[in-house]
Amino acid sequence: MTVLGQIALWLALLIAGWGVVTGLLGASGRRPDLIRSARRTAYALAGLLTVAAASLVTALLRRDFNVEYVAAYTSRTLPTVYTLSAFYGGQAGSLLFWAFVLSLFGAAAQWLTPRRYEGLMPHVAAVTAGVTLFFVAVILFASNPFDRLPFTPADGQGLNPQLQNPGMVVHPPMLYLGYISITIPFAFAVAALVSRRLDTGWLHAIRRWTLLSWTLLSIGITLGMWWAYVELGWGGYWAWDPVENASFLPWLTMTAFLHSVMIQEKRGMLKRWNVVLITLSFVLSIFGTFITRSGIISSVHSFTQSNVGYFFLAFLVLIIVGSGLLLWSRLPQLQTEARLESALSRESSFFFNNLLLVGMAFSVLWGTLFPILSEWVRGTKVTVGPPFFNQVNIPIGLALLALTGIGPLIAWRKASPENLKRQFAAPVAAGLITAVLLAALRFSDFYAGVAVSLAAFVVTTIAQEFVRGVGARHRLHGEQYALAFVRLVGRNRRRYGGYVVHLGIVTYFVAFAGMAFKTEMEASLKPGESTVMKSPFGHTYTFTHLGVSQFDMLNRWVTAASVELSRDGKRLGVMKSEKRQHFTCTVSMSPCPAAFRRQSFEPSTEAGIRSDLREDVYIVFAGSVAGTEEAVYRFTLNPLVWWVWFGGAILVAGGVIVMWPGTGPTPASRRRAMAGYRVELVGSATNA
Amino acid sequence: MHARTKFLGAAIMVVGTVGYLMATGIKDTGMYFLTPSELAAHVERDPSFRNVGVKMGARVVTGSIQRDVASQTITFTVTDGRQTYPVVYRGLAPDTFTDDVDVVVEGRLMPDGTFRATTLLAKCGSRYESVPQA
Repeated sequence: MTVLGQIALWLALLIAGWGVVTGLLGASGRRPDLIRSARRTAYALAGLLTVAAASLVTALLRRDFNVEYVAAYTSRTLPTVYTLSAFYGGQAGSLLFWAFVLSLFGAAAQWLTPRRYEGLMPHVAAVTAGVTLFFVAVILFASNPFDRLPFTPADGQGLNPQLQNPGMVVHPPMLYLGYISITIPFAFAVAALVSRRLDTGWLHAIRRWTLLSWTLLSIGITLGMWWAYVELGWGGYWAWDPVENASFLPWLTMTAFLHSVMIQEKRGMLKRWNVVLITLSFVLSIFGTFITRSGIISSVHSFTQSNVGYFFLAFLVLIIVGSGLLLWSRLPQLQTEARLESALSRESSFFFNNLLLVGMAFSVLWGTLFPILSEWVRGTKVTVGPPFFNQVNIPIGLALLALTGIGPLIAWRKASPENLKRQFAAPVAAGLITAVLLAALRFSDFYAGVAVSLAAFVVTTIAQEFVRGVGARHRLHGEQYALAFVRLVGRNRRRYGGYVVHLGIVTYFVAFAGMAFKTEMEASLKPGESTVMKSPFGHTYTFTHLGVSQFDMLNRWVTAASVELSRDGKRLGVMKSEKRQHFTCTVSMSPCPAAFRRQSFEPSTEAGIRSDLREDVYIVFAGSVAGTEEAVYRFTLNPLVWWVWFGGAILVAGGVIVMWPGTGPTPASRRRAMAGYRVELVGSATNA
Repeated sequence: MHARTKFLGAAIMVVGTVGYLMATGIKDTGMYFLTPSELAAHVERDPSFRNVGVKMGARVVTGSIQRDVASQTITFTVTDGRQTYPVVYRGLAPDTFTDDVDVVVEGRLMPDGTFRATTLLAKCGSRYESVPQA
């Protein structure tokens, strides 16, 4: 079966090359035959890479341990779902996953893009084929999942137990889908530049793609936090680890892009900047894949043995130089159509939003690369840790949070005092009252207090928008409030979906502020002994150690410790934390006889977590004392963690509302969107 | 032009603030990341270097790990092949901490030549990949 995969990859390499050549030549020479051929390569690549992906899946499911990749990432005792997730669990497989998904997206872009953007499509085909070419080449020449071993081992090495978690089954593909889908907007940007079709057409063509990438990245990042929280056992969800930062970077630039696009659509400004942002996002998505897969920063020794890193570096340089030159040559066609009229205007608030988002991205990139940079420049490695990222990003984040409330409500061009008063009187009052209340309650953390006050401000702006919109429909059309609400959102999805996304962001901020009050303690307890902890919400938790038990599971030995938890004297239940030692089996028998078990990987910890709306109780069993049932625990109280996941759900819901198919970006809908509260009148006339 | 100037002024302030935060952030929280030999060289050149908190990346010497669960103290030896330091760490060790893995310890060198660590990170060769079995 792997032969089929190999053949498919070689064919894909040739066809991707053909797609690049015909796409570029066809468009420049106006040769319809070549253009048709270029567009067909997108479908051919999708077909071939589906075959390659299917043949890797088959090898995994058949546990063909003669295939090096299968032997390295799976074992006989590995559950099927994790055997499938091993597809993207290792380097070679994840590269194939990239190429495969990109080819599907490339084909979808050719298939779904409306005919009015036809002029862009040959170049789009050329760019997607080019990126596919790169990934297929890396697979074939540096890291091939179909490579075979000279012998067949009895069992594979198994998947790292930390990856054997439901979150890890969905987190990497979501993140990868986010990374990969940025290729499509980038391809359109290049197409617009090369073909000199630099009106807002390309921006409309990619609107859903950019939202899709952004939503997928958001889901991927949030699932990553969830995985780190439940699986890594250190009691938090974000550690400013290079791999985490790598996923955050394109998210920041995409967020900036989603906002600055509106300025170009409505006012014809920021044209060059938008091209830069989408290119930057694409570069950062490749960089993220590179960081994750090459281990250049996270491992103690730099560079891994494989030469995949050099391929990626060369590709990054090529993209940056290539798109830089292309943009340079098109600068005259990208003149701004309007000038900033007032520093107090929506344009200006969006500029600041972009400045802050990109500044944040820059600081995160700088901190992530600082060990490497300092070693180059000064010969000594200097690292910066979470304190650096927090110190820089918390103030920037809070400024952005304030803009989340200001940007959508402030008037275009120039805000009048009446506009400011009408839009911001109530929200500012809400924010100030919250701040005063927090001060009166002796809220101890300054930044957390600012975050919560700003959250009150932003939530009030959003609520005010919904109330006014629903009220207007109710008055004008006599609609019931519920119906008015549904129609309001349904007919202005971009605007009200955007507010929902903002609500999700506010929820994240409040949840992050909660982590400022995280408390933890370590304790060594004999069975029956208890320890007491005071929570930030004023509760008293009592942990009583019940005992330690040992047992075997399918592919692991387990040592479990149990604790009885009570809050303010009321019993809440029993919590359990496990130490797991995974094993592989040297014979093909199930269950595996004890004599044939071989220890694999380091032991892993399964934290015990009890979540409610206020705070999480998080317990980690660190080990037992000299074989007795006395256990060492770490108890952590994490306030408001649940709200991180809830914020993620709101944000995704908002993204889906904005993306939902329906009214396309027609000139009429654009006029309606600009007309503010007159939307309803025009909308009802056309929909009647 | 007036609006533009105002905006540019504010933008420069924002960029300046971000730059300032980054510069002070690195100054306040940046930490030397050294191998045992580099640490030895630094201390030899400047004995006051002992008072500077550093991170040290090295490999755990097989068989050197001693855990005292009751006091939650772990002592072990790390080496880069040339220089060796005994390390004392109080706290919970990560799951990946075991013989012959690469660790990063953060702390400072005591006058008696032991390294007192406040954090301990252990890594396998690549974040998600299995250590090849011997």
